[in-house]
Order: sequence, then structure tokens, then C-alpha cells
Amino acid sequence: MEPLPALATTRLTSPRSWRLARTKLSPLARREARQGYLFIAPWIVGFLVFTLVPMIATLIFTFFNLTLAQEQPLRFVGLDNYARLAGDARVWASLGNTFKFAAIWLPVSIVVPFVVALGLNSRYLLGSSVMRTLLFMPYVVPFVASVLVWNAMLGDEGWLNSTLRFLGWSHPPQWLFDTTYVYPGLVLIGIWGIGAGVIINMAGLRGIPTELYEAARIDGAGWWAQLRNVTIPMMSPILFYTLILGVIEVLQYFLVPLVLKNGTGEPGGTTLFFNLNLYQTFFTFQELSYGATMAWLLFGIALVITLILFRLSRRYVYYAGER
Amino acid sequence: MTAFAAAAPPEPTRKARGLRPEIVMRRAILTVAMSGVVLAFLSPLAYSALTSLKSEAQVTDSEAPALPSDARTFDYQGETYDVYVVPLPDGSTRELALVRKGRQDSDFVDPANPGAGPINWVGSWRTLEQSWQVAPQWGNYAEVWNLIDFPRLLFNTVALALIGTIGTVLSCTLVAYGFARFRFPARGLLFTVLLATIFLPDAVTLIPTYTLFVKLGWVGTWLPLLVPAFFANAYDVFLIRQYLLTIPRDLDEAAAIDGASSFRILRSVILPQAWPVIVAVSIFTFVYSWNDFFGPLIYLAGHDDIQPLQVGLSHFNGIYHTRPNLIQAGNIMTLLIPVLLFAIFQRVFTRGIVITGVEK
Repeated sequence: MEPLPALATTRLTSPRSWRLARTKLSPLARREARQGYLFIAPWIVGFLVFTLVPMIATLIFTFFNLTLAQEQPLRFVGLDNYARLAGDARVWASLGNTFKFAAIWLPVSIVVPFVVALGLNSRYLLGSSVMRTLLFMPYVVPFVASVLVWNAMLGDEGWLNSTLRFLGWSHPPQWLFDTTYVYPGLVLIGIWGIGAGVIINMAGLRGIPTELYEAARIDGAGWWAQLRNVTIPMMSPILFYTLILGVIEVLQYFLVPLVLKNGTGEPGGTTLFFNLNLYQTFFTFQELSYGATMAWLLFGIALVITLILFRLSRRYVYYAGER
Repeated sequence: MTAFAAAAPPEPTRKARGLRPEIVMRRAILTVAMSGVVLAFLSPLAYSALTSLKSEAQVTDSEAPALPSDARTFDYQGETYDVYVVPLPDGSTRELALVRKGRQDSDFVDPANPGAGPINWVGSWRTLEQSWQVAPQWGNYAEVWNLIDFPRLLFNTVALALIGTIGTVLSCTLVAYGFARFRFPARGLLFTVLLATIFLPDAVTLIPTYTLFVKLGWVGTWLPLLVPAFFANAYDVFLIRQYLLTIPRDLDEAAAIDGASSFRILRSVILPQAWPVIVAVSIFTFVYSWNDFFGPLIYLAGHDDIQPLQVGLSHFNGIYHTRPNLIQAGNIMTLLIPVLLFAIFQRVFTRGIVITGVEK
């Protein structure tokens, strides 16, 4: 894999790029600017129509009593939807499920690709590139097919339970039908898609300058000390980026259980995730305003967590290009 | 991309590789352990493929072997009999057809030598294991092909993926060219906003967007899936822009001095040099579009004739979930083309993921 130029993972918000050019443009520069805007126009239009306006519309919806059929007259209801949200036990239960699942999934989704990449990157491994390709392959398996493959694999006749029985566990868990084991089962399904994470981690590992390891060895650092003091700090921007995207993704998690359980929330309401609840509020009950309120709650939570993580990242994430 | 292909893990500086027994040990342990991980990782695919070739009788029989097989039978004097694995008094076992079932003793016939007549065996035949022979049921695929109207679903999937890919490549190339080659006020801010959309939860735009498509009468057509593709997306714009930044400006400046318009420069100077990234984005988009489930689910629900494979597969699972062999045959038929595309273009995939995942 091509070594990365430097792990100068530029922060998304560098202050300089925000400053607008206030000086008057020459006619030539004005022509260039006009053409530039013309070329990026498809994105600007798409951003306005499919992102910015819908976002604002979602916010406005939360203050009304919109439904898809609109049987009652449309009126401004103030904060009624928010009050209903605060007292809605189903919403908080589903949010609790999402957080519980996230607490299991996020560490796994960060650590497993990192450890697999460490293994694949080791100079002691033979056949590394073939293994990398094979590990990535399930990532391109269409979503529904992969869920249904795992549904069979985790079933009682599936190979996982056959293996567990062979190893002496006479009554292995009914993974996707048992409230205790359903999240671990969903995590196993999720692990099948770590291929991209492995590739990203491997690229990061190869970008770490070898001098750092040489210097560490001269100082007497063993394998563990090198991992702790060189690899992990140098990998922190990538791990951080994976974490941020992972948080946004896991907060919206619901499609796997939707296919598996047809939106019933079985077993025992454990797969009624927040986004499934939102999806049903909107598509099944067609409550636009209340669904929009839930969407803004989700957005607010995602925003707060992201901001906290960015704040923490100043202490824990090391950017090599930064002075 | 050649540098990527040629790169090998860094050589150890000391030339001691492969000689010291300690290093040989480490190699063996790590290679065996990682091979185990890879095998475990791919085992669901193997499980699915094997199940897809099993008969109805075999999937419901917990005693049946792992490979797709049929219970072996033997025709004897106009009747069909099951074949069992029979342990004989001398310690050997033989595969014999059970012609008379008895509580204390039973009669068997040797399929290899039926002329020898019945062989009496003392013991309960119920304790015997049936004999199986490998027999993949390719007919399962034909059955699924007809049950789900596979040709129609495949056509819909390919058409959606192709049109979506064309829209994405066209729009993202234009936008990336704009960001890579022109200076204009607020360019940095706009690019930051573009990248920030990656972090925006879809739920926050879904409701008004869906409502808009309902009002336009587009729900139940392909338009909600295809039209947005023509308005660029952050990942692919970023990917193409990064590539364009590596192309030297000398040629486009020369063309500009000769009076070529910026559109002409894009077409005649930039694109011929940017084809690797265009190919990469096309393949990505094609596979991602093939794998999109939520969009078709919400916009095409109830319109069986225009749905893509995945929605059809999910629907099929709802009806035929008691027939796991058919479900798995449907899975294999759905995943075959993306997996083959990946096998052919795997370098393109890994390179694209590195660029969008690491360099941002």
C-alpha cells in the first residue's frame, strides 16, 4: 500500500479557509470565480434542495401538527411535540436500546479492524495481500443478502452453534431470539463489514515513519511499549475519524433488525432501536411533525456527542502536521 | 496506482529473516492464526453456498452431512429402499439397502451384489445411520429464478445502478473540477460544508425530502433514487478532486492560452489524465447503488415490477423463510455480481477507501 505523504489529517475546520476574500476582484479573477461557481453549481443546488432546505423544514415541522393525510387543520402547536417526546416512554426505551447497542458495537468496531490490520501488517505474516482481499470481500456483499446469510449462520442448524456444540456447549444460545444474546449476534453481523476499516487502518499503519520505531527500539522499547507509545498515538487521527463516523452510523442503526425482525422489535423489544421507532412514526403512522421532532432529537444528540469528542480529541489525538 | 501495487511490507533492516528458529516460529503462529481468522470470516459464505445446494429433505434433517447430499436409495425388485451404514459382526461396515424392517432383526440387500439375496442382520435398524451421497441441487437456483422473477429484478438493479453511476460520475467530475482548478470567494468554506455533509444523519433530511417526492408524484418511480445522483456527493467529489490536484497545471494553462474554454480543457486535457479515478468512482458507485436497500425500500414499496434485487430478496424471505435452501440460493444470486466486480477490481476499491478514509 502506498505510504501516505504524512499523517497530516487536516482538521475540517481550519480557520484560514473560512475567511472570505473581501478585496475587490479583478475582471479576470471575477471571470474565474464565475466559472468556478458554474462548475460546482450541481452540488450547490443539490445541497440546497436535498440537504439545507429539508433540514430547516424538518425543524419547522416540529412546531406544527403535520401528518401525511392532514385530517386536522394545520396549526402552530409551539413546543407540544417536544413535550410529547419528553413523556414518550417508547422513545426513551428505543433510545436506551440504541445506546446499549452502541456501547457494545463502538469498541468492537474500532478495536477489531485495528487489531486485524496490525496482524496483516506484521512482517511475520505470509500471504498478507491475499488475506486482505478476502477479509474485505464481505464488505461488497449486498446488505440484505449478508443479513440473511447470517440469519442462517446464527440459527440452531448454523455452523456457529454446531461449532459451539462440538466444543462442548450443549445448549448454545438462540442468538437472534434471546434478549441476552441478540446484541452480540448483531455485532457478529456488523463485524462482517469491517473490511473498509481494516484497509484504512493498514494504510495508516504503513504511513508511520519507521524512524520512530527505530528510535523506540534504541530506547529499549519492546513490542507493547512501541504499540502504546508510537503506533497508537500516530494512529489516533484515523481511530478518531473512524469513531466519529461510527457514532453517527450507530445512532441511526436499525436496518439489520428491520430485515431480520420485520420491525417487530423482537426479542422482547430489544431491537426497537431509536431510528426504527422514527421510521415507524413516519412511514407507518405518517406523523410528519412528531417524526421530525424525533429526527431533531437524534441530530441534537449526534451533534453534542461529536462536539464532546472533538473537544476531547485535543487532548488525545495527535496530529503530526500540527504545530 | 502502480506504486500501490508494488508496495510490499517494509523489509526488516537486519538480514536475519527466515533463518533464526524463533522467527520461523513467529511466522508459523501468526500465519496460521490469521488464516484461521480469514476462514472463520468467510465461513458464512461457504455455509450459504452449501445450503443453497441442499434438498428440502436435507435441510430439515439434523443428522444430514454438511455437503449437499441425497439419502442413498436402491431399487430392488420394483421397490425403492433406503441404504444404511451397517456394522457387521466382523467389525467392518457395509452400505446395505434395508428391504425388511424388523424390531429384533432386519433383512438387507447388498446393492453391489443384489443377486446374492437378502442378508439377515440382528439389531434394531433404527440405530443405524442412513447413507448419503453428494448431490448438489442446482435446481434450487432455477426454482428461485422463476419464483422471484429474477430477470426482471436483475434488469431493475442494473438499470438503477447504471443510471445512478452516470449521474454521479458526471456531476462529481464537474464539481471536483470546479473545486480543484478555480479560485472563488468562499471556496474553502463551501468545501468544508461539502465534507461536513458526510457527518449529517440522513434522518434529519428524510421527512421533508420524502414528502416532497410524494407531492411531486415521484414515489413509486425511480426518480427519487436517480435524480439526487445528478447533484454530486461529498465522497466522490473529494475522491476526484484529490486526484485532479495531482495533475500538473502546465497543460491546462497552455490550452487556456490557446483559447480553449474551461469546459473544453476539462474534456480534452483533464479527463484523459483522470481516467483512473473516473473508473474507480464508477465501480464504487455501481456497487454501492447495487447494495442500496433503504432508498428502494421506501420509494418503491408495493411496486414489485420496478424493484431491485435486494428489495425483492427481502420480500422473498418474508414468504419463503421456511425454505432456507431457496433463501440462500437467492442470496448467492444477489451477491454474485458485486463480489465478482470486487474480485476483478479489488485494487481500485482498496485505493479509493484509503483516499476517502485517511486523507481527509
